[in-house]
Amino acid sequence: MSQLASTPGTARQPLTARLARWRRTPVFYPLIGFIVVFFAMAMINDNFLTSSNLANLARQASIIAIIAVGMSLAILTGGIDLSVGPVMALSGTIMAGLMVAGVPPVLAIILGLLVGAAFGAFNGVFVAFAGMPPIIVTLATMGIARGLGLIYTGGYPISGLPPEFAFFGRGTLAGIEMPILIMIAVYALGYVLLGHTATGRYLYAIGGNEEATRLSGIRVSRYKLLVYTLSGTTAAIAGLILTSRLMSGQPNAGVGFELDAIAAVVLGGAAITGGRGMILGTLVGAMLLGVLNNGLNLMGVSPYLQNVIKGLIILLAIYISRKRAL
Amino acid sequence: MTPLLSLRHISKSFPGVKALQDVSLDVHAGEVHALLGENGAGKSTLMKVLCGIYRQDEGDIVVDGQARDFHGYQDALDAGIGIIFQEFSLIPDLDAVDNIFLGREKRNRLGLRDRAGMIREARRLFDRLNVSIPLDLPIAELSIADQQFIEIAKALSLDARLLVLDEPTATLTPSEADHLFTIMRELRQQGVGMVFISHHMEEIFTICDRVTVMRDGEKVDDCDTHATTPDDLIEKMVGRRVENIFPDYRCDADHDDIVLDIQALRLEADGPDHSLKLRRGEILGFAGLVGSGRTELARGLIGATRPVHASVRIEGQPVKLRHPAAALKHGIGLLPESRKTQGLILPFSCRDNISLNNLTQFQGSLPLLRRRQESRTTADLMAAVRVKAPGPETPVGDLSGGNQQKVVIARWLGHQCKVLIFDEPTRGIDVGAKAEIYALMKELTAQGVSIIMISSELPEVLGLCDRAAVFYQGRIAAELEGSALDSQSIMHHATGGLSS
Repeated sequence: MSQLASTPGTARQPLTARLARWRRTPVFYPLIGFIVVFFAMAMINDNFLTSSNLANLARQASIIAIIAVGMSLAILTGGIDLSVGPVMALSGTIMAGLMVAGVPPVLAIILGLLVGAAFGAFNGVFVAFAGMPPIIVTLATMGIARGLGLIYTGGYPISGLPPEFAFFGRGTLAGIEMPILIMIAVYALGYVLLGHTATGRYLYAIGGNEEATRLSGIRVSRYKLLVYTLSGTTAAIAGLILTSRLMSGQPNAGVGFELDAIAAVVLGGAAITGGRGMILGTLVGAMLLGVLNNGLNLMGVSPYLQNVIKGLIILLAIYISRKRAL
Repeated sequence: MTPLLSLRHISKSFPGVKALQDVSLDVHAGEVHALLGENGAGKSTLMKVLCGIYRQDEGDIVVDGQARDFHGYQDALDAGIGIIFQEFSLIPDLDAVDNIFLGREKRNRLGLRDRAGMIREARRLFDRLNVSIPLDLPIAELSIADQQFIEIAKALSLDARLLVLDEPTATLTPSEADHLFTIMRELRQQGVGMVFISHHMEEIFTICDRVTVMRDGEKVDDCDTHATTPDDLIEKMVGRRVENIFPDYRCDADHDDIVLDIQALRLEADGPDHSLKLRRGEILGFAGLVGSGRTELARGLIGATRPVHASVRIEGQPVKLRHPAAALKHGIGLLPESRKTQGLILPFSCRDNISLNNLTQFQGSLPLLRRRQESRTTADLMAAVRVKAPGPETPVGDLSGGNQQKVVIARWLGHQCKVLIFDEPTRGIDVGAKAEIYALMKELTAQGVSIIMISSELPEVLGLCDRAAVFYQGRIAAELEGSALDSQSIMHHATGGLSS
């Protein structure tokens, strides 16, 4: 009884109590799942547990992982953002187009990120102030973003980017690849936002009980607007990495990415109905998807069968998390 | 003559509460029997026993002289009992015919739906009720009254000989209610027995043959309607119970120290302009029946729903309250009537629930939360309202109703609130916790906080409030104070001021 009452740092709790606390957090089961799958893959494939493969895995997973941070915020508030894939493509092509037109890379990147943020805010206005269901709003804007990207590029990839731009997708800093570093930075910011600011607490509260939050004097609409703006921004950051890796702006990139991002969030232990989840869980979920992709590829499993296996694993994960919630 | 239905010596307990104590009720064929009592008197529990939703601890349900054992709603239906609940069980997108025959559709020889046959049958039912209702419109497009008639038709199609109507007129306009009474008279002619629950005296004297009065889970009296008077019934209903759970201190608020002055607050374009004054340190009761517009006024005041027009002053200063956040800034808080759906973030711990609207206090120069300060402050607040919980990290859903209510109260204590609006603060709370909530409210007023308490429980209004505004059908029918504040006059105004 008193163990629950004690605040962190006041006394060392017995191991069992700390374990019990751990078990109640949403990341517990996803982490177990990740470890199991990780070691299973390591045992099946000799090539899995090499540093080059693991770096490869993390880099491949980083784009979905970054998008999943914004998606986590949306799902946490009881919403969803289906427009992330096209927004990523739109932001990326705009960066590419600006650079090709002679705009300095740094300015082009900033403008590209702003486009993502603005598009997210566009979603947010409809969700927060018009009170429309997020799934409908972002389904509609998903088409709009894709269309805008195609109009801007005329349907063709934009290539001929300045070589220094490759740094964000292919460069390294302190021996770590840039996509991984950017991913870590985005997760660190997400962690601070959700765990250590008033705003983060409000997002959980909105997902837990929006009406109660509003009646308590929290301006719910403003925070919803913020959520979709941030989701557009993380999609644009993913667009930066992708464009830099490919060294071309691809208007058709990111098809189906919203589903992978949602899968990462849910695999990470978040409740799809909102109010429950952790940013760390989303990272685990995204990496779990990465390990599955990578491991199944190494095993030579056909891509068609991979889809089936991933789908079944997601179903199993949600089944377990629902049983736990009841 | 054998009664159609006879409830004999029914008793029913819930953990900690004796809900029904030796209640007997007879309903004859062709009789409309009123069931009267305050909220919480046990009417609903009795009806739930009658329709098999609850199982009585003691006593018998006798239908046509035969003792019956109900294990569920279906058993009651089979025995010929039909209940029209306050919330309809109709599917809004289906039409009347499909609703009436839902789950027992007529089939033709090919095994397909026999729509023509069902329409014929529905026509026959509506003819019996003497109503004309469009048969092929989704019922969502029909009036509430028509939906209610469809419910009645559905019950009749199940061969119901006894109908229970649970506050059927609460959502009807006067002329719709008249239509309902015509139908009830028609059914009475046909020998259907009816139990009619209503708070409106006028209706009871219009339509009912007999009346049973309940109070605190017991039957107080039953008599023929023509042998009694509204005042007599009200007195039996409210009685006077010996419950000394109210703090016996009363404030002498300064009559001129007005904290909140609602000069005009119009909630709907064609609605009335409400006006009201609240003195510093007083408890003002909002009395009236459920649905009489008390909660709506409170929500309009704090901007939870946008009023059409609002002219409000706080301590003499005109203010615009467009959102609960603005109300909070001006020191007004609402503690909503449903703790679970409007008050608490259920997945949150006690601490997180309490600190929810206090978080900005725990920020430093960087917008990061100081967790330790937050824990300390919320622990103090929990202690101040005497929440009984294993600790601040306990999920709020694990607490009892009384402690949950205290958590909601604690949330507002971190602010310099001038006005707190408690909407049904003691609903679903046991007596001991009620007394603690009352004591807390008195403590708050002693600190200069003014309280508006919306309550459907008369003893609570009488025991706690310095003044009361009585609501009737969306209007403030009367403001009572001092010696004028008694149960008879509250009931009088709350039921439409039918003079005795």
